[in-house]
Amino acid sequence: MFGFLARRLFYLVPVLIAVSLLTFLIASLLPGDLAYTILGDQATPEKVEALRQDMGLDQPVWWRYLGWLGQVLQGDFGRSFRTGQTVLQAVAERLPVSFELMLLAEIGALAIGIPLAIACAVKSGSAFDRFMTGSAFGMLSVPTFLSAILLIYLFAVQLHWLPATGYVPFSEDPIGNLRCFVLPALTLALGEWPVLMRVLRSDMIATLQEDFIAMARAKGLKPSRILLVHALKPSSLTLVTVTGINIGRLIGGTVIVEQIFALPGIGRLLVGAITTRDLIILQGVVLVVAFGYVLMNFIVDMLYAVLDPRIRHGHA
Amino acid sequence: MTAAPLLSVEDVAVDLPTPRGNLRAVDGVDLTLGAGRTLGIVGESGCGKTMLSRAILQLLPKKAKLSGRVRFDGQDLVRLAPEALRKLRARSLAVVFQDPMTSLNPVLTIGTQLIETLQEHLDLDPAAARKRSVELLAAVGIPAPEARLMQYPHQLSGGMRQRVAIAIALSCEPKLLIADEPTTALDVTIQAQILDLLAREQRRRHMAMIIITHDLGVVAGRTDEVAVMYAGRVVERAPTPVLFKRMHMPYTEALLAAIPKIDAAPHTRLPAISGRPPDPTRPLHGCSFSPRCRYVARRCHAEKPLLAKAESSDHEFACFNPIHIEAGVSA
Amino acid sequence: MATLELTVSEDVIAATVQRTRRLGPLFWTATGWMIFVFAVAILAPVLPLPGPTDMDMLERRAPISALHWLGTDGLGRDELSRLVYGARISLTVGLFAPVIGITIGGALGLLAGYFRGRFETLVVGSMDTLLAFPPLILALAVTAYLGQSIFNLTCILGVLGIPAFMRVARASTLTLARREFVIAAQALGASHARILLRELLPNVALPLVAFFLLGVAVIIVVEGALSFLGLGVPPPISSWGSMIGEGRESLEIAPRLAFIPAIAMFLTVLSFNLVGDTLRALTDPRQGAL
Repeated sequence: MFGFLARRLFYLVPVLIAVSLLTFLIASLLPGDLAYTILGDQATPEKVEALRQDMGLDQPVWWRYLGWLGQVLQGDFGRSFRTGQTVLQAVAERLPVSFELMLLAEIGALAIGIPLAIACAVKSGSAFDRFMTGSAFGMLSVPTFLSAILLIYLFAVQLHWLPATGYVPFSEDPIGNLRCFVLPALTLALGEWPVLMRVLRSDMIATLQEDFIAMARAKGLKPSRILLVHALKPSSLTLVTVTGINIGRLIGGTVIVEQIFALPGIGRLLVGAITTRDLIILQGVVLVVAFGYVLMNFIVDMLYAVLDPRIRHGHA
Repeated sequence: MTAAPLLSVEDVAVDLPTPRGNLRAVDGVDLTLGAGRTLGIVGESGCGKTMLSRAILQLLPKKAKLSGRVRFDGQDLVRLAPEALRKLRARSLAVVFQDPMTSLNPVLTIGTQLIETLQEHLDLDPAAARKRSVELLAAVGIPAPEARLMQYPHQLSGGMRQRVAIAIALSCEPKLLIADEPTTALDVTIQAQILDLLAREQRRRHMAMIIITHDLGVVAGRTDEVAVMYAGRVVERAPTPVLFKRMHMPYTEALLAAIPKIDAAPHTRLPAISGRPPDPTRPLHGCSFSPRCRYVARRCHAEKPLLAKAESSDHEFACFNPIHIEAGVSA
Repeated sequence: MATLELTVSEDVIAATVQRTRRLGPLFWTATGWMIFVFAVAILAPVLPLPGPTDMDMLERRAPISALHWLGTDGLGRDELSRLVYGARISLTVGLFAPVIGITIGGALGLLAGYFRGRFETLVVGSMDTLLAFPPLILALAVTAYLGQSIFNLTCILGVLGIPAFMRVARASTLTLARREFVIAAQALGASHARILLRELLPNVALPLVAFFLLGVAVIIVVEGALSFLGLGVPPPISSWGSMIGEGRESLEIAPRLAFIPAIAMFLTVLSFNLVGDTLRALTDPRQGAL
């Protein structure tokens, strides 16, 4: 088990280095002067020159990259020119919000997708199955922001059940906090459940035809146990893969949703950095997000080994 | 036998709709089996023996259509309510499948797969179920049984896995065990061990058993009675020693001849049966075996022979041109 | 939201019977809509519509009437006209970005799958690095640094699609390169270029085209999302996404301002998805597409 873990960690390092390099290069390919852009309308030739020297912009690219990387490894991701906050401070403030959103969204998607997948697999070929599969396909063509508008219109504008925007911290008011997350999480969940459901459904249909399911029936086990233990567990491997892939889409999705529903998360921080041209924050946030993404995929890989003992023992 | 048989299969037929037409996998089979007795069902692949076993077990695929009656322990399984049928399983009716690599769930431990059966039907608490599982594994000849409980199927050898499957099947003391090609997926060296294990447990528990196989050698000496199947029907049925000594079906003779013999001269050609089994979606008018039969006569192509009794009432066969040999082969 | 990466293969059941069912009325309706939208977008200037930027401040948020078939928006501009001209923008980005993906990604995948070895490792590795970024974040970051314009947007969205097309091309090439007709060509002494262009490319092109249509659907959505936030096509140019974004402010009074372009976008994306998915199922040399 530990050998497996060690090997995976080993592969992680080059990926993280490549990610940091790419992030840095994007920032460097800015046409025109970075310092000029940062200073914006406060730019005077002296200030620009001072800032250039201060940021080391006259050094060669690879030198700047190493310097920047060194800073990053010491935990210094940079400081915003606007707010004076360090990147890490800004991120730390906002990360819990995005995290809560993503978690609730994924839970929502699973809560919708898994029961539907099981029901469709059991009733495979029926009218119900075809309807649900068709709906899943249709749902995939509905963009996130469209679902958001629809939900806002239904629940906030027409029914006034839930707030359209706003955020209350969990520590202040748990119920209020969750209320604020219902529509945003539901929006994301509506976009995620179709992929989950289709993958799990086809996996379960295949699993249900396996001999060990016939064996489980022959043993006279309860149908619920056969479905949930014998059939779901082998099928859940692909589900974990898809959930892992989903995380990347979710991260992108949170950007839109946080903006629409005014939730103070990482996505909103990113968009704010873009609109205010706060390029240091932008670079830092992109790096943090990319790192997090790589790490999440790594965790997903680890989950594989837990779920399928054959991989642990190197057999699969 | 004056007592009612434990299992009575009456005119069971299984139809499968396929894109190429209706497939009659089992074409009107009658069988009986008394408590504590063993029956061997022998035939080539595709003759319907597996479908027949699934029909008895009520484990047919969704699309299959079953007709006839399967009387087991006084109840007609075909008409039994699903919940009642479920309760019957493992406690009265158990099965061992052909390939233990696929019949055991790869992501659950051996222990789980044993214990869940015990807990479901015998209502044991976890500790008692665990203890019983260890006893069962030991009884089927698995070394270090406690350690095995935590292992997964892929960590065991093929023979061990089949022993586990047998342990699971025997766990709730069934009245009838159906073993569907129990040794086909195993090494030749292990086959005898597994068959002996089955025979031993059958005797010890006074359990009825059906062994399904394509190999006549498997049933010799291990079964009370043998039924030979071809193209979905039983074509000959007799007590085992009688079948081997005085078979009447040309097909049975051909099957027997196809078994390699240890006292044959080296490099003797194995007399294989020429031709192939008929296409089940296109049944023949006459006898299904007629295209391949050595003794085929005109009548064989025109009419289907029905099962008729031979000299004794427990020996039946379906042939217009039966053979009457005293086979010199010992079982 | 749709993804720029490949989805895991979902069709386990072999579909010979289903194949003939797929080209049914739904498929042709979708194709029809695609062609319709495309035609309307191209013919926009010659259609008898009021200009999309003509503002009539007296008729703001006017309801549906004979003069304005779909009413007017918050600045008195004709909705139908805006819808049609918005289609032009959405489709321009939607069609040109995947072209970048299919040409560069397809070529890379074909070469990687054919030559194998270190070149393949390099290609796959760099694609994986690109994929290590959540796509939307990357698109946002690059447009922030390079500035908003249709050209920049198309380029970055195109580049983001390269890994996916590379994977499809490579997967198809790996399957096909082992088949007899390639080995036969090699035995006859054909050059690499000839094999690639004459033997492999025509076969790899089919799944690539199917994937292209799926890519169009994805790009329309991504561009829509960015424009919705005001970070996609630069104002005052508006695509469907921008229209929906602007319509959001009028949700209480005139919801149709948001929902009409929303429906148009949904139908278009659905059509591309349907046609692309059907073609993918029909043309894949293997069951899966990974």
